Amino acid sequence: MSVLIFEKSQPGRRGITFSNSSDQYKTRIDKRFLREEPPALPEVSELDVIRHYTSLSQKNFSIDTNFYPLGSCTMKYNPRLNEKVASLEGFANLHPLMAQLQYGGQLTQGALRLIHEIEQYLCEICGMKAFTMQPMAGAHGELTGLLLIRAYHEDKGNQKTKILIPDAAHGTNPASAAIAGYDCITIPTGENGCMDMEAYEAALGPDVAGVMLTCPNTVGLFNPNIDKVTELAHKHDALVYYDGANMNAIMGRARPGDLGFDVIHINLHKTFSTPHGGGGPGGGPVGVSEKLIPYLPISQVEKRKDGTFTLNYDCPKSIGYLSAFYGNFMVNLRAYTFMLRLGGNGMKRASDMAVLNANYVRAKLADKYNLMYPRICMHEVVFDASKQAENGVHALDIAKALLDKGLHAPTMYFPLVIKEALMIEPTESESKQTIDEFIEAMRELADIAETDPDWFKETPRTTRVSRVDEVAAAKNMDLAY
Amino acid sequence: MPFVPHTPQDVEEMLEAVNLQSVDDLFEDIPRQFRFENLDLPDGKSEMEVFEYIKRLSNQNATQLTSFLGAGFYDHYIPAAIDPIVTRGEYLTAYTPYQPEVSQGTLQSIYEYQSMICRLTGMEVSNASLYDGGTALYEAIMMSMRVTKRSKILMCSGVNPIYRKMIETYTTNLNIELIETPIKHGQLERDVIGEQLDKSIAAVIMQNPTFFGSVDDYSDVCNMAHEVGALAIMSVYPISLSIIKDPGSMGVDIVTGEGQSLGIPLGFGGPYLGFMATRKKLARKMPGRICGTTVDSKGRKSYVLTLQAREQHIRREKAMSNVCTNVGLMALRSVVYMALVGKQGFVEVGQECFNRAEFAKEKLNAIPGVQVKESAPTFNELTVELPVPAKNIMPDMIEKGYAAGWPLDRYYPEMKNYILMAFTEKHTQEQISGMCNALEEVLCRF
Repeated sequence: MSVLIFEKSQPGRRGITFSNSSDQYKTRIDKRFLREEPPALPEVSELDVIRHYTSLSQKNFSIDTNFYPLGSCTMKYNPRLNEKVASLEGFANLHPLMAQLQYGGQLTQGALRLIHEIEQYLCEICGMKAFTMQPMAGAHGELTGLLLIRAYHEDKGNQKTKILIPDAAHGTNPASAAIAGYDCITIPTGENGCMDMEAYEAALGPDVAGVMLTCPNTVGLFNPNIDKVTELAHKHDALVYYDGANMNAIMGRARPGDLGFDVIHINLHKTFSTPHGGGGPGGGPVGVSEKLIPYLPISQVEKRKDGTFTLNYDCPKSIGYLSAFYGNFMVNLRAYTFMLRLGGNGMKRASDMAVLNANYVRAKLADKYNLMYPRICMHEVVFDASKQAENGVHALDIAKALLDKGLHAPTMYFPLVIKEALMIEPTESESKQTIDEFIEAMRELADIAETDPDWFKETPRTTRVSRVDEVAAAKNMDLAY
Repeated sequence: MPFVPHTPQDVEEMLEAVNLQSVDDLFEDIPRQFRFENLDLPDGKSEMEVFEYIKRLSNQNATQLTSFLGAGFYDHYIPAAIDPIVTRGEYLTAYTPYQPEVSQGTLQSIYEYQSMICRLTGMEVSNASLYDGGTALYEAIMMSMRVTKRSKILMCSGVNPIYRKMIETYTTNLNIELIETPIKHGQLERDVIGEQLDKSIAAVIMQNPTFFGSVDDYSDVCNMAHEVGALAIMSVYPISLSIIKDPGSMGVDIVTGEGQSLGIPLGFGGPYLGFMATRKKLARKMPGRICGTTVDSKGRKSYVLTLQAREQHIRREKAMSNVCTNVGLMALRSVVYMALVGKQGFVEVGQECFNRAEFAKEKLNAIPGVQVKESAPTFNELTVELPVPAKNIMPDMIEKGYAAGWPLDRYYPEMKNYILMAFTEKHTQEQISGMCNALEEVLCRF
């Protein structure tokens, strides 16, 4: 247990100093507007700070230190060039309002060009007609997409109240639909691991505004009937939403736009290698088909005839402002850097190898762990630890035991349709040798689950802390020092 | 090809293991007519080429101007020690700390972040952060509706118009009524709000300092809100909390704000840091991730994400919010900033911002025809009246090397002659005098 930074505080100790600070003007402001005591921030030296946060960092697993097969999260390598370009002063020190001063963006041509170019790249990768870079995370993109669907229907005078969502979907899908003012209808998963077509057709009707799909889905499967799904929706003038969480599987292999999707969000922190940062910031740009372009958020970057760029605020049908300015620009910058490095050929290669890695894991573990859907998977494979659970070893136990081997846990208990789900996504970053080590570890754990199931109860043993009491945390509510 | 380690032999062996002839066979499930051959994009480029290209783009942005732009987003000094910490791979490339055993570093830093936000705002609990200041304020509105089961919101006109635009977008399809409460001479009109407040109001939304820069003590407004069972919500500028009265001691119930000024680069609009803090009794109604303390199976003190039963991955469409992330790395930047600057340094930063603005007031008021709106005290931002439309002076000022501020006519067409100017500890007296001299010269031409 580390001491808190507050506990290292000594009255009068300084980190950063500022020259010649004075309170010469303070008499100009009435005392009743002023704070009585300054905030009790720590009083520590710069070395204290460096040592404290360096030591804390060493208590984390990360991509840089560990294999991280966390399904659905696409923990691929984050190239350092992304960070280098993000430190360029021409971007880092650029005030967002600089684009709105006189001359229509003349002061920020480089930044506006970059936004335009990344939008063009995403349009080509996804087969969409336009993109907005405003949404600041995947769930924010979902909300944007649903607001667009809603604006489209309202503009057409359609009376629609429902969004159809498969039961295997990410929890953010229904949460976003609810905030956009829609009722959510859950569609069950069929025997082939994809959305049940009969139930889907039965649920479709004139009151359905849209369908939200993850493709490949959260079981890691590509629905071979996907074109029929979009076609059926369109018959009812329902729009089809593509949750791009799993885009890493199909770059250069298939495009959501071609498959009939009307609106899509991309998780830049997954497919396009921007760092997860211990929980954000993300980037969730949204792409649309032709018919949704009029509703895109304000502002939009436009290319003028003379090749320069400007911001358009005159969008009468727009859903409005999603973020204060142009989304998480510095995240977009990193993602674009990655796209340029890979190029069209590299993206296809990345998806190919991500899918090969997942299938390799599938093939090598299929005799030890149950596969609910034993067929070719996409970039992730979902096992069901039900065989092990019969001995009292659950998905959670296997996940915790992996931590002791220096391997991050797979995603557990998701999707909800698989009881003891262990969702494994190696990503294209990992070599066969690393994956072989992981396979070896998983096989060993399956064997121990047979011979000594109790051994799992004490795992993890080698981490900084062992299993923590989550119930006590919710009860204590100790949330600040 | 970059970032893919597979050798031809690896691929061969792996294909054999999965019993397939070629990589193409992996994609058999994609309907044939939709299989895509090749993206119409250039091939990949070397690291050196990409860096040179991006650098060229960065050079096409006017960061060499001396800027007095603010409007909620400020150019403060970023201490050198922040980047080496937050670019450590163990922070940068970690996922959300759902596995507490191997995420104690991230978790403890979140706990420290929450503690510091509480100390700044005078609140008791904070979440682990939200996307930005605007979305945080929207989430606070939603929270107040959950707490009070009411749906009318009083929105003071001193709240940043950019946030208000965002909130309009988010609430369009929800059953919420937003009612504007005016400010006059920089201060909230107490008589008007007194009449507007009744038992149908969920919350009063204030901003301190206001968008126009004026500072107020809202203790009486908080009391008025509480008398009718409404919540008091305040959006704040964290640096101002070094010297300006904290919302906690005014009686505010939910505090939100834009944390960009706490060590986060302007970065052309993001990523930034939305913070939210509240009273302990409202903690369970607060959206977003929250970190708390607990013990491990050996009784050791540990950190873990808690109160997750409120969130979308459990509650799905019944969740309090669809927000699935915080902005972990930005929260980390702010916590390292606050630790480095420390108790005394933080006050110095605040004082210097205030001093610069007071110095600028003198200089600006000395220019014929220019007047700083000065009916209320200010912190570091000034609404300045010019004798001509503010837009008209911008080209000449830019020519002289100054982005003098933000003309207010974009959101306030009636304020054509007004410009919003922000001052921070980074501005020298020479820069401020220089800008004022340039302004005087430019105005002579009109």
